[in-house]
Amino acid sequence: MTPEEAVMTQESDASMPDVAQSGVSGPGVSESGAVVDGMTSPGPRIDVSGAAMGHTRADTQTVFRCDDIHVYYTDFLALRDVSLDIAAHEVTAFIGPSGCGKTTFLRCFNRMNDLIEGARVEGSINYHGVELYQDEVDPVEVRRRVGMVFQKPNPFPKSIYDNIAYGPRLAGAKRSELDDIVERSLTRAALWDEVRDRLKTSAYGLSGGQQQRLCIARAIAVQPDVVLMDEPCSALDPIATGRIEELIAELKTEYTILIVTHNMQQAARISDMTAFFSVQANEMGQRTGELVEYAPTSLIFTNPEDPRTEAYITGRVG
Amino acid sequence: MTPPMPPDTSNLSVADLRTSAGRRAWSAGARWAFALAALATVLVSALIIWTVASGAWTFISQVPFDNLSEIGWFPRRGLFDLSTLLVNLVQISVIAMLVAVPSGFGAAIYLSEYAHPRVRKVMKPTLELLASVPSVVLGVFAISFITPSILSNFFSEINYFNKLAAGIAVGLLVIPLIASIAEDALRAVPLALREASSGLGARKVTTSIRVVLPAAMSGLMAAIIVGFSRAIGETMVVTIASGGGDTSLFNLALTESGGTFTSAMAALGLGTDQVAGNNLAFQSLYFLGALLFAITLVLNMLGDLIVRRLQNKY
Amino acid sequence: MTVLTTPAGIATGAADALRKRPGADVAGSAFKWLLIGATVFATGFLAVLLAVMIVDGWDVLSGNLWYFLTHGFSQRSAGEAGVWQGILGSLQVALVTGVFAIPTGVATAIYLVEYAQGNRFARIVELNIRNLAGVPSIVYGLLGLAVFAQTLRGFSGGTTAIAGGMTLAAMVLPIVVITSVEALKAVPDSLREAAYGVGATKWEVLSRQVLPAALSTILTGTVLALARALGEAAPLILVGAATGFMSFGDANVFETFTGPYTALPVLIFNFARQPGADWGVNAAAASVIILVLVLAVNGLAIYLRNRFEKQW
Repeated sequence: MTPEEAVMTQESDASMPDVAQSGVSGPGVSESGAVVDGMTSPGPRIDVSGAAMGHTRADTQTVFRCDDIHVYYTDFLALRDVSLDIAAHEVTAFIGPSGCGKTTFLRCFNRMNDLIEGARVEGSINYHGVELYQDEVDPVEVRRRVGMVFQKPNPFPKSIYDNIAYGPRLAGAKRSELDDIVERSLTRAALWDEVRDRLKTSAYGLSGGQQQRLCIARAIAVQPDVVLMDEPCSALDPIATGRIEELIAELKTEYTILIVTHNMQQAARISDMTAFFSVQANEMGQRTGELVEYAPTSLIFTNPEDPRTEAYITGRVG
Repeated sequence: MTPPMPPDTSNLSVADLRTSAGRRAWSAGARWAFALAALATVLVSALIIWTVASGAWTFISQVPFDNLSEIGWFPRRGLFDLSTLLVNLVQISVIAMLVAVPSGFGAAIYLSEYAHPRVRKVMKPTLELLASVPSVVLGVFAISFITPSILSNFFSEINYFNKLAAGIAVGLLVIPLIASIAEDALRAVPLALREASSGLGARKVTTSIRVVLPAAMSGLMAAIIVGFSRAIGETMVVTIASGGGDTSLFNLALTESGGTFTSAMAALGLGTDQVAGNNLAFQSLYFLGALLFAITLVLNMLGDLIVRRLQNKY
Repeated sequence: MTVLTTPAGIATGAADALRKRPGADVAGSAFKWLLIGATVFATGFLAVLLAVMIVDGWDVLSGNLWYFLTHGFSQRSAGEAGVWQGILGSLQVALVTGVFAIPTGVATAIYLVEYAQGNRFARIVELNIRNLAGVPSIVYGLLGLAVFAQTLRGFSGGTTAIAGGMTLAAMVLPIVVITSVEALKAVPDSLREAAYGVGATKWEVLSRQVLPAALSTILTGTVLALARALGEAAPLILVGAATGFMSFGDANVFETFTGPYTALPVLIFNFARQPGADWGVNAAAASVIILVLVLAVNGLAIYLRNRFEKQW
């Protein structure tokens, strides 16, 4: 893989989160009832037992089981009827054209959509046997267990040390444990050697790629089970992108990783499973995302079932 | 060294997905505290309205109606001719606007269209600084400089306290406000409009006057309205430079003294000890306050409406 | 202008036409100089103001400044009068103003930005704040007189520095709220998301990330608001500052909060309305003192803002 390939052309709006694009609420949004009616049929249910790949994965455990997920922004349907299972210790990539709801979907897994005014998730996400969307579940604790890395590196305006220590402190880590947690997290994020001598300096002094690895270290410092990554490399140069990809490959031994990417080569390089989303506009121009195909990555890139997937990965659409 | 390990998830239950009660309580408590503070700001408004309205009602229900249009403003004698104060108020405020609008707009156009960014960077904070000059100082300035050193050269018989000096000083006071709102309005005009005009071969002066000013017209109107409202509500300058006491006869001469709503209120307030009983002179304080509140409220809401519409326009 | 027909003609004609002619844009230059004149007038009068006050107050400023700063008001003669009661009173009033206005204003801003974006109650609060910002200062004096000095007499002790401070707190509350709202809105959402993403509660996101990030801007806004309160006289006149003079007597400085009080701008007003030129000297000298104070506080705030202005 050469750097040139790694920076496959991003869409021009790559810096905007998908939620902003799909969360459009304009006049006429409330009249989308007709669309909602037409989509009650269950989406494709995909088994992740790995049979399709020709080998068995007896050790595979299901982390998330999603059933009939619909996401609305106020009255506007952003994502329609997604059902799929996420396997532990795998990298699952969500790909698709912009506005297809992949970021919206990703943010369902740690209830980040709760923070958006008017956002509503319907359907079920079962996390290790516990329904995530029930009143008894506190999104705060969900987000500790399901960490997140964002599109643009977003370190806190604090020292490198305090960036990492922030989460553990909230979770009640003792002072004496913090040094250890910080070192382990930074080591795991392959950043320790670069910053060990300047832990007390501002995180803003780091390069973009270092900042993003810091954000990964910050996410794993609270000992999550899953790490969500929303286009983590879209703001980075090819070399930094390469380092993050290596890191992702290492991290999956301990964590389950869900990653949204615009970059199909990236999905092909790092993921075990790939979900391809597409977008359909209704007659009023409202764009609703849907899951088209979910399969082992090797399969989806070599032998996609759905013609829309094929069109997308061969570059004819999107 | 062991890496940070994920938690054991083999027997996850709902209870594991709950934050500690303490953290949740803090978060919920904070929400209520913040909402309470917001409620307090509404309470301030409610108390203002209740205070001026009830006081004004006491006055109106007791004062003989004819006394509101008697020869002048002599509250201690029960004479409350509103037109006396009103004419002074209008005269002083109009003079203030004649001073403030040209220079405020001029400064705004210069800063938004002509000034080098470095000049702007210095001038904007200077304008803010000017906005904080205490009004008592401008009142002193009016009687110690504007009248004796400037106005006396033009008017041979000018009173020590006079409406002209008060108006000019009030004008100086509202310049920063007007300049600031006007500058915001001018800068809200899209660059594309200016470029379109320049692209047709228009000179800068033509672009500024024919394109930018009309496009910002509603914002400039808002600046005038809000500035006018501030001028009406200004107290200390008028009290020091023109009020000269709490009584006055109706007169139109700008070179004579004359009080406005605010200076009449200040004068009544200075006698608080003497008039604190329930007599009408004291109650007229609330009546004037209610009128002032109503007038400025209408003007400010109008200005605010225009500014908001402007923000939506571009 | 001749009609240009041949390309060569166009070329030579264009060369002439493109040449800058002297005096071509007389109107433009005149307009520009008019604007510069207006700007100089608008900003330059501060220098004139300061110069006039220094000249008028020179007798006190040059010879008697220390006496002036350390002696109390005297009805007997201008030469015996000083301003310490006004300076101390202004500091007391400002302190009370800050104690009431800053927590309430900042908390309101937090509620508006972080909790209630766009709900009905928030819209009412916002409209209310915008209207409060335009209420003339003397109307706040009526509020102070009727509510803080009379209804709440048990708390404030009547027309005292506490009542005066609460009155000015109500007056600057909209400024504190508006500047704090701006400050909070300037904090990027990515910071909030980052904190939520590692499992912070809303309160933890606010108290440990958002507020620290917005703090310097909020501080600047509140300092500006207090500077405004420092120069304000009209409401205090209604709340008894013009007739009361702080006197220590047997009281200590804390007890003076609940006794008669005055404030520097009110004292200037008192000097200004005494007949006689020597009182005018006092008024001018005290004006210089308050100008220096207010401008220093403002300058500090503006400096701090420019210094800590964050680029996200």
